[in-house]
Amino acid sequence: MSVQLDPVAADPTSTATLTAVAVRSKRGRRVQFGILRNRKAMVGIVVLAIFILLAIIGPWIAPYNPDTVTPEGLQPPSPAHWLGTTATGQDILSQLLVGTRGVMLVGLTAGIVATLISVIVGVVSGFIGGIGDEILSLVSNVFLVIPALPLIIIITGLLPGAGGLTVAFVIAITGWAWGARVMRAQTLSLRKRDFVEAARANGEPLWRIVFFEIMPNLTAIIASGFIGTVIFAILSEVTLAFIGVTSISDWNWGTVLFWAQSSQALVQGAWWWFVPAGLCIAAVGTSLTLINFGIDEFVNPRLRSTAANAGVLRRKKIRARIGFTPVYRGKDIR
Amino acid sequence: MTLLDAAAAATPPRERKPVLEIRDLSVDYGYDQNAVHALQGVDLTLHAGEVLGLAGESGCGKSTLAYAATRLLPPPGVITGGSVTFTSARDGHGGDLLRMNDAELRAQRWRDTAIVFQGAMNSLNPVYTVGRQLVDGILAHKPRTRDAREQARARALELLEMVGIPKDRLGSYPHQLSGGMRQRVMIAMALALEPEIVIMDEPTTALDVVMQRQIVEQIMQLKDELGFSVIFITHDVSLLLELADRIAIMYAGRIVEDASSEEVYKMPRHPYTAGLLHSFPPLRGPKRDLAGIPGSPPDLVNLPTGCKFHPRCPYAFDECKLTDPALGPTRFGAAEPERQVACLLNDERVAPGPIPLELGVRPEGDRIA
Amino acid sequence: MKFLIRRVIFYVITAWAAVTLNFFIPRLLPGDPVQSLINKYQGRLSTDAIQSLYVLFGLDEKSSLWDDYVKYWTGLFKGDFGISFTYFPTPVSEVISQSLPWTLLLVGISTVLGFILGTLAGVGLGWRRGTWADGLLPVANFFSAIPYFWLGLIAISLFAVIIPIFPASGGYEGGLIPDFSADFIGSAIYHGILPALTIVISSIAGWILSMRNMMVTVSSEDYVTVAQAKGLSERKVMFGYAARNAVLPSISGFALSLGFIVGGTLVTEMVFSYPGIGFTLFQAISSKDYPLMQGIFLIITLSVLVANMVADFAYAVLDPRTRQEG
Repeated sequence: MSVQLDPVAADPTSTATLTAVAVRSKRGRRVQFGILRNRKAMVGIVVLAIFILLAIIGPWIAPYNPDTVTPEGLQPPSPAHWLGTTATGQDILSQLLVGTRGVMLVGLTAGIVATLISVIVGVVSGFIGGIGDEILSLVSNVFLVIPALPLIIIITGLLPGAGGLTVAFVIAITGWAWGARVMRAQTLSLRKRDFVEAARANGEPLWRIVFFEIMPNLTAIIASGFIGTVIFAILSEVTLAFIGVTSISDWNWGTVLFWAQSSQALVQGAWWWFVPAGLCIAAVGTSLTLINFGIDEFVNPRLRSTAANAGVLRRKKIRARIGFTPVYRGKDIR
Repeated sequence: MTLLDAAAAATPPRERKPVLEIRDLSVDYGYDQNAVHALQGVDLTLHAGEVLGLAGESGCGKSTLAYAATRLLPPPGVITGGSVTFTSARDGHGGDLLRMNDAELRAQRWRDTAIVFQGAMNSLNPVYTVGRQLVDGILAHKPRTRDAREQARARALELLEMVGIPKDRLGSYPHQLSGGMRQRVMIAMALALEPEIVIMDEPTTALDVVMQRQIVEQIMQLKDELGFSVIFITHDVSLLLELADRIAIMYAGRIVEDASSEEVYKMPRHPYTAGLLHSFPPLRGPKRDLAGIPGSPPDLVNLPTGCKFHPRCPYAFDECKLTDPALGPTRFGAAEPERQVACLLNDERVAPGPIPLELGVRPEGDRIA
Repeated sequence: MKFLIRRVIFYVITAWAAVTLNFFIPRLLPGDPVQSLINKYQGRLSTDAIQSLYVLFGLDEKSSLWDDYVKYWTGLFKGDFGISFTYFPTPVSEVISQSLPWTLLLVGISTVLGFILGTLAGVGLGWRRGTWADGLLPVANFFSAIPYFWLGLIAISLFAVIIPIFPASGGYEGGLIPDFSADFIGSAIYHGILPALTIVISSIAGWILSMRNMMVTVSSEDYVTVAQAKGLSERKVMFGYAARNAVLPSISGFALSLGFIVGGTLVTEMVFSYPGIGFTLFQAISSKDYPLMQGIFLIITLSVLVANMVADFAYAVLDPRTRQEG
């Protein structure tokens, strides 16, 4: 199938606009290391780490049992209930803390499974070429075009009492196509590189070429694809819980919003019921996109230079632009 | 006729009109204290009707110089000092490009200075026809009259014919043209407004040898017809020796030698120039050993002290590690008024002895001790 | 032409895959959904409906899988998606045809609007990078991570509850009968503003970010520098040279992410109880109305395919390289 899409193509869902820049195996290590020096990525990693920590210890530090019904219904935030209570007097902070684990677990599981599928399909399809490639790219393109969320809704709707892991697998099965496509494009360009050609000429076995020559150069793209899928998975899962397709007794942020919506929290002005959960989703999503930006800036130097220099430029009032080189006659520059 | 006579006869020094004077031009890549100093205090003059060659290893700053002088250097490039003065040889208009505002710069561009870029593959907008790209450049500099577009179209056809491309190619998209044709289109585009200066940045590197030859010959022929001045940038010194009137050799963001091409070829004064000449076989005359230059091109981030060439220089002496030589007259002073070199061997106060035989060749064969 | 033919073949295959998927999903999943439905609708289902359910779910012992498949296809070509349970005995096709126009108008207009506005903003941000405008990027980043439905909740609480200037739900005033009168159209527009704003705002951030990155990448192409060297006006260089090329991958991206966006907008409809496909799907889910769910899925998929084709044609018009022979 014709791939008229540039690998740079914009995908607003994952923001993984990676250029097909080959990262040599040696540089692969530097990417992982150097990403820590990127301010955006660092902020993202810290925020994400906090949520992962909450996912682990959340159920233990939750001040109340999230299911316990009390007479103190619809209380605004107070020292006793930091984020207030639901209409039935349940503690919202506890619901969020307990629900973090569900969100993260589904996000990471779906991310890992989908990334595995996309790496296998993408690398195989890019490497074997020919009719096999045509078929595999056709399959991933079909999955790309079919709207994922309605499909997920249909499948989980038909599965009786779908729990967290089932949802994760359904999301993974519908969400691997984008990664596979990017992976295939990158493998295609790598396959023609000298070092892969040399390995082939040396008669190295295929698995060795794939694992030791190709895979290390895909590190950045795999990472960014993984993060993109995790964002997609978290958004899908929360949405499913919000519309009540999945089990409404398993706590996650979407479940909190489901109860808020169905108990008329909006009309009653109970902002503490639906605002924090949304902010949590946005915070995790933002942290993941920030990490992805960090990877982007690392792989695409054109984006990097601007980001790193923005502060200096503002201070010195230099306007860096294409076609009109700034003239700066300040003293401090040298 | 001796070489010196030839040089003197071609253009008497007093009558040469400068069209582009670059003075003390400095350029950085980056904006903070980690910035790389890509150009440092470069002086260069282009005279009317002259072909000036810029040569050096890759990364020496020759392209940076051309783009900085036209203020087309992309970020993170920033000009940190100097002046670039254009003076029309036709009506005397001009000014310092580094002090012009956007509107003045736009008006000056293409009308006075046009550029043929390095990779013709990417120099053309892939989604517009060749004709549209020729026409929009012309229209940007013409008053908006009713038949301006028609005239611009006619001019575009004329230009295509001039560079030997069939007229029906006007409606072609860049991807429908061969590499050679695209480069011809770029040349046609550069000549659209009959500029006084045409800067050629490695115009032939992406082409095969036969095509290179055709393009270069065409450029020289058009230059004779239309009378523009050329700055020709290439790493191919042998090509420059053939077509340039004068050659400036660059090393580590500095000009190290500036002389007529005959002089550069027959009597190099800088050890680096001599090295460059030894890295390709002579065009004519007896065969000699190909020596090349030991070591690798300098890393601009981590430049040596003193003369930037000293770690690779076979003639380096102690002072070279301490003093960065300025571009100035040669040791032969008044006998060679038109050439400059940046090498301490030419500074009698510090040079340890006579100039080495190889760097002191004189037309008459005499040497100054 | 070859490009377009290849694309059309691709869409035919995708449509076939979607229909087939839709056919097999209920047959491959465990459990007996029909029995649980019969239990749920105790006595309210006619024997005909029960039989058609068994056919729909492939649990009809009498016919082979292939026969079912062929029957399914012939049904589709006749516009027969089965009978809805929620609106029993209205055919699914009729339920869909009542709600589809609402979605097409709301989602269609606001998605395209979001794309256009976001792309324009991205062009500006990418062109003027390194200025104050870069400060908008973290904001856009944050907005792109917000789920559509949550923004809908916030919009309702702000502009329908706290400052009650817009209606919180519905597609038109309760007492009106859908027709082409000025009253009705005015009411429909009034009800559509808040959901449309929600969709525009939550989709716009993604377009801004991707277009900005494309602009930054394309700005350093040689032909942009050549355009500046020619002394063209800022506007010409920015739009004719940089944005004109940067928008190409954005259009492919638009096509590819339509499926995702449509998913999000459907949930927005649910939040606003907007009488479109998304809200109908929501009702179908809550009442386990499988025939309706599947019919809606098929319609959504086909609409996304059509939108994709339009985007492809736009791409072919904008990029001369795809029109190349051979």
